[in-house]
Amino acid sequence: MNTPVAPARGALEPVRRIGRPFLAAVRAAGAVAVFAVRGVAAVFTPPWFLDQGLRQLVAIGYFSLPVVGLTAVFTGAALALNIFSGGGRFNAEQVMPQIVALGITRELGPVLAALMLAGRVSAAIAAEIGAMRATEQIDAMRTLSTDPFHYLVAPRLAAAVISLPLLTVVADTIGIAGGWLVAVRVLGFNATVYVRNTETFLQGWDVGSGLLKATVFGFIVALMGCYHGYNASGGARGVGRATTHAVVSSAILIFASDYLLTTLFTHR
Amino acid sequence: MTGVPKLEWKGITKRFEGARVLDGLDLSVAAGRSLVIVGGSGEGKSVTIKIALGLMRPDAGSVALDGQDLTGLSERSRRKVFSRVGVLFQSAALFDSLRVWENIAFRLINSDGVPRKTAKARAIGALGRVRLGPEVADLYPSELSGGMQKRVGLARAVVADPEILFFDEPTTGLDPITAAAINALIVEQVRHLGCTAVSITHDLASARTIGDEIAMLRSGRIIWRGAPGELDTTDNPYVRQFVSGRAEPVT
Repeated sequence: MNTPVAPARGALEPVRRIGRPFLAAVRAAGAVAVFAVRGVAAVFTPPWFLDQGLRQLVAIGYFSLPVVGLTAVFTGAALALNIFSGGGRFNAEQVMPQIVALGITRELGPVLAALMLAGRVSAAIAAEIGAMRATEQIDAMRTLSTDPFHYLVAPRLAAAVISLPLLTVVADTIGIAGGWLVAVRVLGFNATVYVRNTETFLQGWDVGSGLLKATVFGFIVALMGCYHGYNASGGARGVGRATTHAVVSSAILIFASDYLLTTLFTHR
Repeated sequence: MTGVPKLEWKGITKRFEGARVLDGLDLSVAAGRSLVIVGGSGEGKSVTIKIALGLMRPDAGSVALDGQDLTGLSERSRRKVFSRVGVLFQSAALFDSLRVWENIAFRLINSDGVPRKTAKARAIGALGRVRLGPEVADLYPSELSGGMQKRVGLARAVVADPEILFFDEPTTGLDPITAAAINALIVEQVRHLGCTAVSITHDLASARTIGDEIAMLRSGRIIWRGAPGELDTTDNPYVRQFVSGRAEPVT
């Protein structure tokens, strides 16, 4: 008697191959969503660990200033040079200040600041919380009647959401200053006219939309660091894996949400 | 045993990727008694204690503290119940970003709302109970030896005067002299507090010292239970093999 089992298995194999990663992705998305809801709930419900929040504000915000500032000044300067040389093809060199300001405030300021934070902060959060998981410190915290979501996750989420818009303001200012510096020192622009052109052209929404993006990016950076660290398993190797996943997933989600938010903002 | 046990595991089953680690585990400990669960590596000792602490959910069964079922509790209710519990972890699990006294006073400051100054005084008092001086209070855990970390972990477990203490492999990784000192401190603290103690270990010397009773866990169930002195006289072949430390069963 012929058995239908073997051919059926073979026929279903492609479906299985697609289905397994798809189900895994859905499961992971659900786990991240549940983690995010618990984290946000912990931000808005007592107990609040203000000392932890302040410590994270310093670690995430203050200590990221140098890297964000340096990134912004070089990006602003390079952007000015590119727009000047590219705009020269259709005699549009003189709109360079406006385009630099627009590019920095709407896009590059928030995105680059967020990417710097993904590399610096998301990785550090994942490594720290992952090491705590590996050494039973998170279990110990729970047995000491302290919820890790309130003590570890909420302060980091709040600090990143507060810090990144502030860092973006710094990145916007320094990025535009970088463009100004190149324009005035290298390309022969008038310093006062450059500033006036930038001032009169920029609208509040240009800066505001960038800051709204930065708020979302800050949440993503802290969430990915906390999620991957909290769920780390497998000792030192697991902590390394969590750190990598935190940086990569932060970067991808920053770019994806940037596109979605830009679409939303340009259609408002 | 008469009356409601202090802590009771009822029909606990737990699987990991198809492998059944606990298979209908039934176990209880009376108030004021010290129970030591012994067993080989991978027999589910840590899982047993983690389920009791609410750090892991069982697939079936329940855990009751003073007759109150703990398995279905919300996180908030669980935190309230576990304010009566102290735990010494295998690795001590000290928070490496906090000083020694902040580790000991963690529960007092962050859960009980005790002012930091009072909490520090109580932490230094707890350090004295485990034979460590106040000069240790401002060090970080990474500056301590393994034995000192265990003592600090014990101080953290007892500082809030718990009703029940859990010890997870309290002497693992320690030299025999330090292990004996930790065992003596455990016995002293359990007697001083008059609390119930549940320990897991595969160190029989430790089990004999700190336990009023010893329970042998094998294949997900308790296969033998008795007083420390009965370990050497039991007919149970697996217990005899375990006590004699032989690779083959004792005939």
